[in-house]
Amino acid sequence: MKFDTAAEANPIDRMRVVGRAHPRIDGPLKTTGRAAYAYEHHDVVTNPAYGVIVGSAIGKGRIARIDLTVAERAPGVIAVVTAENAGKLGKGKHNTAKLLGGPDIDHYHQAVAVVVATTFEQATAAAALVRVEYAQAEGRFDLDEALKTAPLAKDPNSPEKQGPPESRTGDFEQAFAQAPVKLDELYTTPDQSHSMMEPHASLAAWNGEELTIWTSNQMIDWGRTDLAITLGIPKENVRFVSPYVGGGFGCKLFLRSDAVMAALGAKAAGRPVKVALPRPFVPNSTTHRPATRQRIRIGATADGNILAIAHESGSGNLPDGQPETATNQTRLLYAGANRLTSMRLAVLDLPEGNAMRAPGEAPGLMALEIAMDELAEKLGMDPVELRVRNDTQVDPEKPERPFSERNLVGCLREGAERFGWQRRNSSPGAVRDGNWLVGMGMAVAFRNNMNIPSGARVRLGQDGRVTVETDMTDIGTGSYTIIAQTAAEMMGVDIENVLVRLGDSAFPISSGSGGQFGANSSTSGVYAACVKLREAVAQRLGFNSADATFTHGQVLGGNRSAKLIDAVRDGELVAEDKIEWGGLDKSYQQSTFGAHFVEAAVDGFTGEIRVRRMLAVCAAGRILNPLTARSQVIGAMTMGVGAALMEELAVDKRRGFFVNHDLAGYEVPVHADIPHQEVIFLDEADDKVSPMKAKGVAELGICGVAAAVANAVYNATGVRVRDYPVTLDKHLNSLPAVS
Amino acid sequence: MRSFTYERASLAQEAAAKAQETPGAKFIAGGTNLLDLMKLEIETPQHLIDVNGLKFDKIEKTEDGGLRIGALVRNTALAADMRVRRDYGVLSRALLAGASGQLRNKATTAGNLLQRTRCPYFYDTNQPCNKRTPGSGCAAIAGYSRQLGVIGVSEACIATNPSDMAVAMRALDAEVETIDAAGRTRKIPIADFHRLPGDRPDLETTLSSGELITAVTLPPPLRGTHIYKKVRDRASYAFALVSVAAVLQRDGTGRLAVGGVAPKPWRIEKAEAELRGGAKPFSARLLADAKPTNENAFKVTLVERTVAAVMHEARQK
Ligand SMILES: Cc1cc2nc3c(=O)[nH]c(=O)nc-3n(C[C@H](O)[C@H](O)[C@H](O)COP(=O)(O)OP(=O)(O)OC[C@H]3O[C@@H](n4cnc5c(N)ncnc54)[C@H](O)[C@@H]3O)c2cc1C
Ligand code: SF4
Repeated sequence: MKFDTAAEANPIDRMRVVGRAHPRIDGPLKTTGRAAYAYEHHDVVTNPAYGVIVGSAIGKGRIARIDLTVAERAPGVIAVVTAENAGKLGKGKHNTAKLLGGPDIDHYHQAVAVVVATTFEQATAAAALVRVEYAQAEGRFDLDEALKTAPLAKDPNSPEKQGPPESRTGDFEQAFAQAPVKLDELYTTPDQSHSMMEPHASLAAWNGEELTIWTSNQMIDWGRTDLAITLGIPKENVRFVSPYVGGGFGCKLFLRSDAVMAALGAKAAGRPVKVALPRPFVPNSTTHRPATRQRIRIGATADGNILAIAHESGSGNLPDGQPETATNQTRLLYAGANRLTSMRLAVLDLPEGNAMRAPGEAPGLMALEIAMDELAEKLGMDPVELRVRNDTQVDPEKPERPFSERNLVGCLREGAERFGWQRRNSSPGAVRDGNWLVGMGMAVAFRNNMNIPSGARVRLGQDGRVTVETDMTDIGTGSYTIIAQTAAEMMGVDIENVLVRLGDSAFPISSGSGGQFGANSSTSGVYAACVKLREAVAQRLGFNSADATFTHGQVLGGNRSAKLIDAVRDGELVAEDKIEWGGLDKSYQQSTFGAHFVEAAVDGFTGEIRVRRMLAVCAAGRILNPLTARSQVIGAMTMGVGAALMEELAVDKRRGFFVNHDLAGYEVPVHADIPHQEVIFLDEADDKVSPMKAKGVAELGICGVAAAVANAVYNATGVRVRDYPVTLDKHLNSLPAVS
Repeated sequence: MRSFTYERASLAQEAAAKAQETPGAKFIAGGTNLLDLMKLEIETPQHLIDVNGLKFDKIEKTEDGGLRIGALVRNTALAADMRVRRDYGVLSRALLAGASGQLRNKATTAGNLLQRTRCPYFYDTNQPCNKRTPGSGCAAIAGYSRQLGVIGVSEACIATNPSDMAVAMRALDAEVETIDAAGRTRKIPIADFHRLPGDRPDLETTLSSGELITAVTLPPPLRGTHIYKKVRDRASYAFALVSVAAVLQRDGTGRLAVGGVAPKPWRIEKAEAELRGGAKPFSARLLADAKPTNENAFKVTLVERTVAAVMHEARQK
């Protein structure tokens, strides 16, 4: 099914199942420990051996020599694989650095060997006995230094990273020079680690030339394709299975060393091999969100109309890596005739930077939405009003191109009302509660909607049950549930009569999970397959499919009705289709919107910051399931608090690695950090986006949160911090004196 | 993790003797610190002597009206003990500010005193670290040192002692009771228990080889306001940037030990004479010899402000 004209009325509009707060259908499996994660497929092979990866001890250089003799002789060791004996390996399309290093080393903790032994303990002990001699080379580890000479980023080649390296509209320089009110500031965001609960893990089993991988991955087809490329085998020979994923946040979009080393280890050992990355490998051995340096300039009239806006961002990555696209939202968010955005990209020898929790917009809004707060203060204007004043219903670079739906103003107004924004004292540092300095802040949330082709197969069995198969993943988001809701709605059956099978490359290729494209794209794919299945049912039952209604296990049409199950009396029906996307995103800008409001308190003595209240109002198309959507948004808000207040990978610029590479050193919020969170979804159905009339919503939840927190902290203290995370040491010296 | 042998001890002196005579032997109590370090091969004992079977799990009154806390009393039990809550509030609060409920259920009094630093380079065996591998150098001094020590540190090591419990014990003038291989017992004042690094940061305490901790004793209760304030980047489950354990009197005098800044709980009795003058002169005296790095210089200010917070809180009571 090609989606190239606005959706008309369709069965989803009934919202009998879709749009209802249905709890996750996979929930009981998870709470009772029966959902098998990557390392827990105990029933699929009988005799797995265990692989443990050795990671590079240097950031940049070469392996001079590897001595395996002691390791190979250690108890239980079956095989040791290194680049020397692995045979020729390719590099996956989605990988920047190769997944098995040697002799060249591209980054710290790059895998250089896997030791396979009978038990996990033996493999771990033997891995420590692999002797690697390195010839260290001078590396580029200092972003500020590298950005001094960094060129503009190259034109993008992946849909994940939209946007040209530079965009210009009107004459920014002149308009800015003449603007009566000006802001020109630098903001920084640090490297961050996804820190999902489940580290990467894979179980590999060869059957002759055929390889099956049980793994933890967001994008089945990318992983399968890249594993085949890496190993130099036909894609058809690889089966990639990932039914449950213990969090990903972008870190599991790609093939990683766990899968490659499990496959190589299993080949060498002649039996199935399991590999899990230990927690300290996650930051340096996988991907992370790159740090940014962002300069924002805004020129406005005295009454707050933006005349000129420029957002220039610099980030770094390994050679051939991508920039952090922190300027994306600035091209679309606010009105203003004169505009400039640009992205510089420095070469760094730190581990690979890549997508994490709303790449682009999350760090971009961390800067832009502080800048807007600062501008509001310069103008003596309420920060909400400044945003409302500069709302635009069209793409500001191409005014002939409207937004498909844009109710940002509704989010701002509703949020301000519900939060009690009018009680905010606009003079910073003025409100006290005992020893606490208290403030309120807000920020806009914005995230583009992306649609990805997505296929599904649906089957109406002779027992009347509907089975959906797609290689879509559920990374804790609720995919199982919303897909079941979609199929139930389309086929007119109860959700209990739908079985959803996900995360297996034996099923039709889906969008996968990422970039908040998963929910809308994958349910649209299921919608398309269900349309076909309805046609097949209608044909068997002798209905004109176009006007048949499927409801309560019945098919109704004309003046007659039949039981759905009668259609399969002589055999089950199977239909497969795929949603493909026409040009509606060219004629309409498709984005999601929200507003975040935060109350924060700062200890007047120690400078410690604690968030007290949070509210998000979102306008993001039809909400397929308010319960799972809310969970996504509160999780994202929690991550926003992490970004605001604590998350930072500390770079050792001499040794070239992220030092705080475990969960003791890399702090993420704990329960005690997260106060009452409220989420409101505005009623919306966006017919220009998909037959589901939905959009992505998850990543929207993190966008802007950190700035709302930072603005609340500023409102509390009167000390502006422009370098994330906002930790107490950054404002301590400027807080009111104590005695 | 390397292979090791394991035994359960039933008599204290035997355990100490065994530990002394067996090369590479270590005691294990709750295991919450030692096992983590063994998995990363930061500690590589060849033999473990499990002391959990020793009968050191009671909290008893001492003759002089203080408390004797058995070496194996779990942090949870110690924090919840009615006598500790009533008479030694600073200790109870310090314990509850540490780690998590699950860890405190396992962690013992002796193990807590002997927990090792959280310097991130100490935890990465690819990095030079004089504490882990004597003579290899210190990666932290010119590296990422935001969490590390500002005083009592040396050119060989700037790591801190991460214990919350020990800071409160230092304010209370606790004593550590031990038994050695020959069956000799002694009491070590907590002030003398942890060593400063000097050029041997791998030597962290004044315990001799095989010496086993049997108890920690607290002197009779100290009247006054007991406060433990722990400052950190998140609200729970994080080690202190700075912490203050205080027992303060109405007249503004008192005792005050500081955590998160030094290789041991940092207390200078003479500085307490300055307390009447307020947080500033006290902290200036306490940290007169501080040698912070650029990254952790804020801790000097933070100590002063946290002390001020504690004094303010005491005045409110
Ligand atoms: C995630 C995490 C967070 C934490 N957060 C905090 C925190 O915020 N604040 C804090 O203070 N602590 C914190 N801790 C540390 C925790 O308090 C210690 O791990 C615990 O107290 C150690 O006690 P244990 O009994 O488990 O010691 P073990 O691990 O069993 O032993 C530690 C050391 O003590 C030695 N030992 C044990 N018993 C004796 C004895 N009787 N005589 C002589 N030597 C002995 C062992 O040989 C070993 O060297 C944290 C730990 C973890 C894992
Ligand atoms: S500060 Fe101490 S523990 Fe840290 S790296 Fe230096 S020597 Fe090792």
